[in-house]
Amino acid sequence: MIYGISYIALFFFVVFVGLVLGLSFYFARKTRSASSYYAAGGQIHWAVNGIAFAGDYLSAASFLGICGMIATFGFDGFLYSMGFLAGWIVALFLIAEPLKRLGKYTFTDALNSTFNSRAITLTAAISTLIVSIFYLIPQMVGAGDLVTPLLGLPHWVGVVLVGVVVIVIVASAGMTSTTYVQFIKGGLLLLLSTVLTIYILKNGLTLNPQHGKQQYHQFEQIIPQLADTNVVAAGDWKVVSQQNVKGKTFVKLEKAGVNRWFYLSKKTEQPVLTEALSIEKEAEGTTLYNGEPKANAKFFPVGHLSRIVVDGKEVKETGALGPFEYLSTIEKSEVVRFSEAKFSDGNNKVSVYYQNPTSGKDFMLPGLKYKIGKGGTIWSRMDFISLMLALFLGTAALPHILIRYYTVKSQRDARKSTILAIAAIGAFYVLTLFMGLGASVNGVLDVESSNMAAPLLARAFGVVLFSIISAVAFATILGTVAGLIIASSGAIAHDLMHNYFRVDLSDEKKVQAGKISAFAVGIIAIALGIAFKGMNVSFLVGWAFSIAASANLPAILFLLFWKKTTAKGIAWSIVTGIVVSLAIILTSPTMWDKYGLDPANAIHKLDNPAVISFPLAIIAAYLVSLATQKDNSTKIDLTELKPENRKKIVST
Amino acid sequence: MHHGPAVEMGVDNASKKKAKLGVRFFFLYLFFYAGFVAIGVLNYELLSEEVVAGLNLALFYGIGLILFAVILGIFYNNLCSRYEDELNKEEKL
Repeated sequence: MIYGISYIALFFFVVFVGLVLGLSFYFARKTRSASSYYAAGGQIHWAVNGIAFAGDYLSAASFLGICGMIATFGFDGFLYSMGFLAGWIVALFLIAEPLKRLGKYTFTDALNSTFNSRAITLTAAISTLIVSIFYLIPQMVGAGDLVTPLLGLPHWVGVVLVGVVVIVIVASAGMTSTTYVQFIKGGLLLLLSTVLTIYILKNGLTLNPQHGKQQYHQFEQIIPQLADTNVVAAGDWKVVSQQNVKGKTFVKLEKAGVNRWFYLSKKTEQPVLTEALSIEKEAEGTTLYNGEPKANAKFFPVGHLSRIVVDGKEVKETGALGPFEYLSTIEKSEVVRFSEAKFSDGNNKVSVYYQNPTSGKDFMLPGLKYKIGKGGTIWSRMDFISLMLALFLGTAALPHILIRYYTVKSQRDARKSTILAIAAIGAFYVLTLFMGLGASVNGVLDVESSNMAAPLLARAFGVVLFSIISAVAFATILGTVAGLIIASSGAIAHDLMHNYFRVDLSDEKKVQAGKISAFAVGIIAIALGIAFKGMNVSFLVGWAFSIAASANLPAILFLLFWKKTTAKGIAWSIVTGIVVSLAIILTSPTMWDKYGLDPANAIHKLDNPAVISFPLAIIAAYLVSLATQKDNSTKIDLTELKPENRKKIVST
Repeated sequence: MHHGPAVEMGVDNASKKKAKLGVRFFFLYLFFYAGFVAIGVLNYELLSEEVVAGLNLALFYGIGLILFAVILGIFYNNLCSRYEDELNKEEKL
């Protein structure tokens, strides 16, 4: 799509980023010790920490990714909402309190609290780094996507901008400022999502989604003349070429010197050519958007209903609807999604986004992305199970979430923080359903990136709402990236340098090393954010969850709940989880596509690895622990949770 | 070298009881969560059945799981706080 700069958006953006930076510098003056840098001195109020938890967790993946995926694939996007929230149950019921009692600054410290193992230090620190970097990629991709319509700048500029601002934030103040930034944006995100949902419900459903001056493009339909399977004539358009791609027919037509691609729909008795959107890269290097240069703004926003059914009758619009009415009406109507097909036309590389009318019944069920019903295979069902497993088990093992347990002063506060977070995040995830569906039927979607569904929907309701939401979304990314970089810098400076390589650092030097590490991780994040442009950020976050669930969670659970666990068992469990999950991800169909290969030829069909990597990590922890029982003589028994043991741990 | 917590904890006599409660609640939630996944994989058509207020089972179950997590969390917190008040008070006496 074509985006110009909006000065109102620019104003809000500058105010928000200025506020965030101001807050960081204010708290910078208070950050003197390592405890203060990494864990805010353990003195954050539980309510602030709870909303900050929500702010930390409701990253680009939640606001941009889930809404985008719901807008594109319907209920399959909501699977992420369900799984992301369910993960907090694992965190609350199994991990929060015991971990609070074990750790000091990092996830590695917690794992190593009963062992003095360099192997755990090394593997846990590497795991923290890998998970954090995988979680950073989607945040940066989301940042780039946001900046394009917000400021009219290219994607890479957004990525660099977030990277630089966050490096400044983290390098200046650490956990205290990060906590307050997350608190503010967590609260604002909830508030604004509620406002947006009210707008959506008040607006209801319509066949012609136009908002103010923004007209929705009327996609042309032509009855063609066919000779056998070939289109030979199409009204006043001239037939240029025809391509058959995996059973679908696309026809290039020309009128008044402009070429457009059409999709030959054979759903009815009389075949119809329906207008599509296209990006065509010509051999000599020019790229045409819908047959014209990008500046002509002919690459339209999409997403509409082709049929609305209320009480068994077709209507043109519904007027305001209640929340359940909204959902049930879409379920009985028909949504026009835009699906992508890629092919070559002569020397030109073409991406066509064609209309794909989908019954509301199918749209409101899982299966459009993760095929578990009709058309499903064993691989696609395993992929679905794997995704749900990773989302459920991943949250509790995310290092940047784990360190937030250390920022409050007691277990009770850690618990109360977590419950407040669950309530806030749960409310937000219910709202994602309305925001995603709202975007899918209001003619606002950018087919090049699903990530902008919610902010673009806000723009349809007014530039001020769009500006504020985009600014908050940007602050969301800033906050999450800051938290991730803190976790990563802790892993490098505290775990690797200080604990593993035994570099003797003073408190002040430890903070300095953390800041240098933050800079390095920030640069890596910028590079990866540019490389993964165009991918849905929730999908990318799913990978981070899979790695965390496989590498970290078995180790934590074994440590807390099985007294025969050994240091080697934990270390091997982490290594198994990382290696297997990474191997599956890097050979997945999605990565095959990224490598420029045909995804259909990938070694396997799994995009989500947890269904294999998690059990293998469990088996590794169990078998290696059993085989190394003689190493366990000096270990403190945590599984009994005896008071005398607690005293021992505190005093060591 | 071991690292203790950033804030030192007192002795918590309720920890064992809280841990058991947490495990029970975890399996309770897991049962319902896995139930959704199992229906999706084994009896997909059931998810399209209308349940209440025009919503299909998938939507009802999905929103229900989110609300159930919040309710279960509040219930867990209340029970844990009660255990702490009871068992840690005895210690002080």
